[in-house]
Amino acid sequence: MTYIAKPKLHHPTLPANKIGFTRRDYEGKISTLCAGCGHDSISAAIIQACWELDIEPHRVAKLSGIGCSSKTPDYFLGNSHGFNSVHGRMPSVLTGANLANRDLIYLGVSGDGDSASIGIGQFAHVMRRGVNMVYIVENNGVYGLTKGQFSATADQGSKSKRGVVNSDSPVDLAALALQLGATFVGRSFSGDKGQLVPLIKAAIVHPGAAFLDVISPCVAFNNHTGSTRSYEYVREHNEPVNRIDFDYWPKREEITVEYPEGEVVSVTQHDGSVLRLRKLAKNYDAHDRITAMNYIQQHQAKGEVVTGLLYVDPDPEDLHRHLNTADAPFNALSAGDLCPGSAALEKINASLR
Amino acid sequence: MKPTDIRNPDYFHKVVDCQWACPAHTPVPEYIRLIAQGRYDDAYMINWYSNVFPGVLGRTCDRPCEPACRRSRVEDGQSTEPVAICRLKRVAADYKDDIRARLPQVPKQKNGKRVALIGAGPASLTVARDLAPLGYHLAVYDQDPQGGGMMRTQIPKFRLPESVLDEEVGYIENLGLETHFGQRVDSLKAVLAENYDAVFVGCGAPRGRDLEIPGRQEAAANIHIGIDWLSSVSFGHIEKIGKRVIVLGGGNTAMDCCRSSKRLGGEDVKVIVRSGYEEMKASPWEKEDATHEGIPILNFLVPKTFVHHNGKLTGMTFEKVKAEYDAKGRRRLVPTGEPDHLYECDDVLIAIGQENSFPWIERDVGIEFDEWGMPKVDEVTFQSSRPGVFFGGDAAFGPKNIIWAVAHGHEAAISIDKFCNGEDVRERPAPMVNLMSQKMGIHEWSYDNDVSLDQRFKVPWNDVRATLKNIKLEVEKGFDPATAFKEAQRCLNCDAQTVFSHNLCIECDACVDICPMDCITFTDNADESDLRKRLNAPATNLTQDLYVSEALKTGRIMAKDEDVCLHCGLCAERCPTGAWDMQKFFLEMTHAGPSCRDKHSAPGRKAA
Ligand SMILES: Cc1cc2nc3c(=O)[nH]c(=O)nc-3n(C[C@H](O)[C@H](O)[C@H](O)COP(=O)(O)OP(=O)(O)OC[C@H]3O[C@@H](n4cnc5c(N)ncnc54)[C@H](O)[C@@H]3O)c2cc1C
Ligand SMILES: Cc1ncc(C[n+]2csc(CCOP(=O)(O)OP(=O)(O)O)c2C)c(N)n1
Ligand code: SF4
Ligand code: SF4
Ligand code: SF4
Ligand SMILES: [Mg+2]
Repeated sequence: MTYIAKPKLHHPTLPANKIGFTRRDYEGKISTLCAGCGHDSISAAIIQACWELDIEPHRVAKLSGIGCSSKTPDYFLGNSHGFNSVHGRMPSVLTGANLANRDLIYLGVSGDGDSASIGIGQFAHVMRRGVNMVYIVENNGVYGLTKGQFSATADQGSKSKRGVVNSDSPVDLAALALQLGATFVGRSFSGDKGQLVPLIKAAIVHPGAAFLDVISPCVAFNNHTGSTRSYEYVREHNEPVNRIDFDYWPKREEITVEYPEGEVVSVTQHDGSVLRLRKLAKNYDAHDRITAMNYIQQHQAKGEVVTGLLYVDPDPEDLHRHLNTADAPFNALSAGDLCPGSAALEKINASLR
Repeated sequence: MKPTDIRNPDYFHKVVDCQWACPAHTPVPEYIRLIAQGRYDDAYMINWYSNVFPGVLGRTCDRPCEPACRRSRVEDGQSTEPVAICRLKRVAADYKDDIRARLPQVPKQKNGKRVALIGAGPASLTVARDLAPLGYHLAVYDQDPQGGGMMRTQIPKFRLPESVLDEEVGYIENLGLETHFGQRVDSLKAVLAENYDAVFVGCGAPRGRDLEIPGRQEAAANIHIGIDWLSSVSFGHIEKIGKRVIVLGGGNTAMDCCRSSKRLGGEDVKVIVRSGYEEMKASPWEKEDATHEGIPILNFLVPKTFVHHNGKLTGMTFEKVKAEYDAKGRRRLVPTGEPDHLYECDDVLIAIGQENSFPWIERDVGIEFDEWGMPKVDEVTFQSSRPGVFFGGDAAFGPKNIIWAVAHGHEAAISIDKFCNGEDVRERPAPMVNLMSQKMGIHEWSYDNDVSLDQRFKVPWNDVRATLKNIKLEVEKGFDPATAFKEAQRCLNCDAQTVFSHNLCIECDACVDICPMDCITFTDNADESDLRKRLNAPATNLTQDLYVSEALKTGRIMAKDEDVCLHCGLCAERCPTGAWDMQKFFLEMTHAGPSCRDKHSAPGRKAA
């Protein structure tokens, strides 16, 4: 834990975005996580993504459960709305909030313990319902906050810091999300912002249930040899299928050139924005849910970690469409809208006769 | 790029911008921290070893360190003010106790070598300070009745009280010098005939430039050469000047002339300068001080004639000019065509430049002079073309300032010591360097790394009505201890270096994410110009180095732009493996003595 406040001073050439904010304006409190925790890098990636998308901080609601990962919303977007729920219950609170005010951007932040153990039921239903949100799991294979017990996503055969081998089979949250109907599914690595930041941006603009499984090493309890979530292991086994280039949104000059050139496919989304995917795996088609599921399983079996935009539905539906709700959020509906009077009631009754 | 070699003392020295810019390489952040801790004696001694005249310089230094200060590159918004390095030095001098017990002792047993020092200005006094504790017998000659050189004769008392000068000159004179004050040297030959082991010429640049335009001879009684006039004022030979005074010239001498005139009866005092305001040679703060005292500065006026009536000066005429720039950006002053301006006056002070003059050095003693009448002096050893005769201060390369005179004095003393020990003066000693971790506990650092957001604090002044009445009343009051503390806290501790160990780094990005200035990038290696463009924040200041590591596990390198690093230590604080560490870089110049000689390389003085 760091006690020095981050100085307000910043680089003299730090640019402002279209709405006049610098990246630093999207920061939160100084992190209390262990130095070197992958979660902090994900926070930095969220900050970067929101800055690049010119998002007004007051339009974002951050929701989380319990865990080191669930603490992170305190460390970014200090001027946004926040709700820290009970362990594993973030998806339900998020669903409720989204129903009440569909105008906000919902950012659910959770851990593998929070989502794959205690909260797995909630996780399943929020995906099924297609709640318009970005759901990020900061996946380190352990319960970091409670000192490093294996979580439900830990790979079978991987070793804990004390040398204990995990015998249970792992939950693959990305595969699960695909199966449950999420309309945007990606996987990335906290140590690769070149891949992660565009993925977060794409997930934010995606008008449906967007899920990101972000591998995020726990330096304190899961960064040793024998772990499959260490910085070193993930770097060695990372198999990116594609990378997103953003042409549609203003971006800072990209500096990462870590991926080789590949074929580029453009995906025009519902709102007209264009996602440009640079294909890295030749035969990978990010539009096909079934292929995606197979591909992940096949590579997982080989011990590889498939990353990138795994699946996107360019024309997704969401919970509000399914429920045929009003376009205006609750808080904008007047008493007259909510209680349209006896004439309207008559009409409804008549239609049911 | 090749990995940075941090064992090269220059590498981290450059990062300490102020120390690098100081001609004497004073360890600035070290003394500023000591001031913040209230350790004024220690802060004073660090200064005393490096720059010999902390109390004097803390009031008068040209402060090349301040424009270099990192603080002015990192501050937000309009404020780009450096730390008040110079005036903090004064704080150490003002609040110290009696430090005499800490001054070096003169050995009873002399080393048998005799050295003559011509002139008792800061250059010669520095040579004396460095050589006396080594057992040299030093004979100092000056035409003036007291030591101090131009610090005494030129700098007005309202900027530098006599007591401060007396104290610091006294520390050196008490080192057992043989002083010949009030004795002008008229022949170098005669000095050489006395068989000194070495001679140091520190006679300054004593001649003020004159202005030969019509009327100069006729009105001579009321036309004065600035530095001669200031020196007469200093010794109390002149106590009055006319009511209307024109000061010609745009340098610091002109500023001292006009401000002194204001205190000696001048009511309508103005400075008239050929060039524009911005190009004036005077330091910005000297110009401000003059303006503060109600002295107008008139620009773009070229003197044409002294107007007189029966030999009594009545005014001056000037041609109005304007600046024009040619294709190459060179400036030319061209007449505007307006009729000449007439300014009435009772006295004129000419402060348009200062020159060297060596009438007392015979041209056949083996000292070569160039076409401008300057001796040929080696820029590193300060030796002239005659072995054993050294030059320093304004005498070596023309008029500069006190801190340069001190720096020259230190280097010349090394040369003299080596020369007298039969060593090659061109072999120069390396500085004493120490790099030490500042980590005290898991989250504790031995320096205050919480960067303060304060803007520069102003030094309080005495009431201008009082200071204009008394030429000896100091204008500035100096910081009180509480304000000094706050100003000291503005220092970024640039000597707390970020030291990177590539073999410890696990490339977790924690340092990249936390760095408030976006200094750190992990990227593929490339040559410098390419790399500078690819960093997380552009590194456009080419005077500041990139710190580049060896290849890491992923094959990438760590590249850090030193330019705007705050030395806040957050990178080290957030690094899980200790790959970053904050280490104090202490560099002290090696001075004359055993450690500067090849034969006995003993370690230098220990850091405070
Ligand atoms: C008006 C004015 C104001 C200044 N203000 C500042 C300031 O605020 N800050 C700053 O840093 N610098 C200032 N300077 C510059 C500074 O004073 C000089 O650069 C510095 O003193 C040079 O030191 P020095 O040891 O080389 O020679 P000097 O200080 O010039 O000393 C040389 C000495 O040698 C003596 N001497 C010369 N010839 C002989 C001889 N033949 N025999 C015996 N003695 C001889 C002279 O009398 C003099 O005492 C100022 C200069 C002037 C003119
Ligand atoms: C209802 C409830 N059960 C158990 C806990 C104890 N607990 C706190 S955090 C945590 C696991 C967090 O793991 P994860 O979501 O992976 O977060 P990480 O710390 O690894 O980021 C558990 C079990 C709790 N706080 N509340
Ligand atoms: S325990 Fe692990 S997950 Fe929690 S802050 Fe520390 S490194 Fe991060
Ligand atoms: S000390 Fe480290 S964190 Fe602070 S500005 Fe410098 S590089 Fe950045
Ligand atoms: S915080 Fe330390 S280990 Fe992590 S990338 Fe920076 S230097 Fe390397
Ligand atoms: Mg976890």
